[in-house]
Amino acid sequence: MLESWPAIALLLGAALVAVSRGRVRMLIMLAAPLLGAWGVYQLEPGTIIEFQMMGLQLTPVRVDKLSILFGYLFHLAAFIGVVYSLHIKDRMQDVAALAYAGSAVGAVFAGDLLTLFVFWELLAVTSVFLVLARRSKRSLSSGMRYLVMQVGSGVLLLAGAIWYASAGNGLTFDFIGLDAPGGWLIFIAFGIKAGFPLLHTWLTDAYPEATPTGTVFLSAFTTKVAIYSLARGFPGTDLLIVIGTVMACFPIFFAVIENDLRRVLAYSLINQLGFMVVGIGIGTQLALNGAVAHAFTDVIFKGLLMMSMGAVLHVTGEMRGSELGGLYKKMPGTAILCMVGAASISAFPLFSGFVSKSMVVAAAIHEGHTVVWLALLFAAAGVFHHAGIKIPFFAFFAHDSRFVDTAHEPPVNMLVAMSLGALLCVGIGSFPGLLYSLLPYDTGFWPYDVSHVLSQLQLLAFSALAFTWLKLAGIYPPELKSVHLDVDWVYRRWAPQAIQTALARLAPIDRSLRDQGRALVDATLRMLARHHGSYGVLARSWPTGSMVMWVAVMLGLSLALYYA
Amino acid sequence: MSADKQKTYLFDNPRNVRRVVLGLVGVCVILISLDLLLHRHVSHPWEAMFGFYAVYGFAACVLLVLLAKEMRKVLIRNEDYYDEPLKSADPSSREDPRA
Repeated sequence: MLESWPAIALLLGAALVAVSRGRVRMLIMLAAPLLGAWGVYQLEPGTIIEFQMMGLQLTPVRVDKLSILFGYLFHLAAFIGVVYSLHIKDRMQDVAALAYAGSAVGAVFAGDLLTLFVFWELLAVTSVFLVLARRSKRSLSSGMRYLVMQVGSGVLLLAGAIWYASAGNGLTFDFIGLDAPGGWLIFIAFGIKAGFPLLHTWLTDAYPEATPTGTVFLSAFTTKVAIYSLARGFPGTDLLIVIGTVMACFPIFFAVIENDLRRVLAYSLINQLGFMVVGIGIGTQLALNGAVAHAFTDVIFKGLLMMSMGAVLHVTGEMRGSELGGLYKKMPGTAILCMVGAASISAFPLFSGFVSKSMVVAAAIHEGHTVVWLALLFAAAGVFHHAGIKIPFFAFFAHDSRFVDTAHEPPVNMLVAMSLGALLCVGIGSFPGLLYSLLPYDTGFWPYDVSHVLSQLQLLAFSALAFTWLKLAGIYPPELKSVHLDVDWVYRRWAPQAIQTALARLAPIDRSLRDQGRALVDATLRMLARHHGSYGVLARSWPTGSMVMWVAVMLGLSLALYYA
Repeated sequence: MSADKQKTYLFDNPRNVRRVVLGLVGVCVILISLDLLLHRHVSHPWEAMFGFYAVYGFAACVLLVLLAKEMRKVLIRNEDYYDEPLKSADPSSREDPRA
């Protein structure tokens, strides 16, 4: 059963978790991702499971190297996430997390657009509970905005799929391209979940509002399913190079000034997605390998960073950089694990980001995209700056915060999960061969040569030097209790304000129209009263009196006629 | 707790902070001088320039921070900005002390 439908382990696990408790629930949660991964291990590339339903050719399972890579990745992420959240006694989160992971697995093995759509929407519906589980007013409104965007993306996907299939292409999910009928709709649907610029705000809005454990799951699945889908449906689309470059660059500016450290990580998540999108856009074997390899490493190091910040939030209840600091004194283990994640996202040699990011950068330069290459270098320096240095610095060092006295290391399971992530970061970074063997193409790329290592170290060391100089010179912007406006301002503030203002402008017109209407009715009533009222012209004789008179007239008339 | 207060940690001593900064400067000097000793094979002519990656990394970060600071002036808002009620545009309620 596992090899016939890989998502079953996690989805069934979610169902069992819903009806179990205590240690049994823990065991099921730990076993589900392991069993699922075992199922993926048994899959043979080339396997296709199809059936006909209501005249539609559906392919719920299609196995190839790309789907297997993501299958492993999602089970790994689910397992680390489960270990990280073992201390929590919240059935809603446990069920949502496993069902969410299962939906992601279902999506990457979906061989047709309809199956993909079903899991696409399941991703939205299951994940929103991880935001709502924070049970605060902010998380409620943020979760609702998240749900609208996510479900909207699914609606676009469905519309695009129907258009695509009705033009005679069938429902099979393979290369689609922008020129295909419905191609743009599907592209935008993928783009929303991939965090394309201007469509990215659900991510930076909702991820920081989720529970400490929820954000760890959130950062792993939705965006990576989108990357997988883009890699399958739109490889080599030139537009993606432009979009990816913008994605890699613009969030780092926000990340520098943002105060909420998990929101900093959310911006840096978009920045990392930018590298993947550029890789998919370039579309050569090396670039596509780089894109999916970076998705793989990103899930682990971004997960590790989110876990370390989640641990800080769990212990202190605080996530604002302006309020944190000095925690290395009480949370040295968390601080070190966080720095392993920071080194990985910054692509230090021997850490995982280096072996994947360098593929995309190398592909950009090989294909002659000079501007893109320079932008990616800028983004690579920037990511070290905000995620590599800023996150650990403001959480664990900087000035001593009021939490230093009371802080302590997080629960053991959190530390174990972070250690697992850190081990994988160093393991993949030091021995990239294993990850490379899982990639779709064999390109013979090897990141460890003098040129790559030296240039990367120079880039990073001088970025660190810049941070140090700016900090010591007092130029570096301090962490301030604040929010910074992003595109979501348009629908969170501008549009409601504009509607309210418009309504306020319309109010006098509305009032005068209603007054005029009322005056008209009044005038009519007055006129009726004048003519028909007690002293009106038409009410001068009593109706009974006039009837008697007319009867008398008629009787007289008939009498006269009778004698005539 | 009281024993904790007396305990000094690694970076409570300013000399250790200075050591870290000097260490970083040392690493930077070594890395840039390695450009003279080692041959980097290049795919783009600009890469061949001495210290290209070092200068680019430094300049990129300074530019990033300076631009972000300018951006902040426009974009920064009060922490509760999104929790505040909408401004009322109705002239009759504009006098409302809550507004």
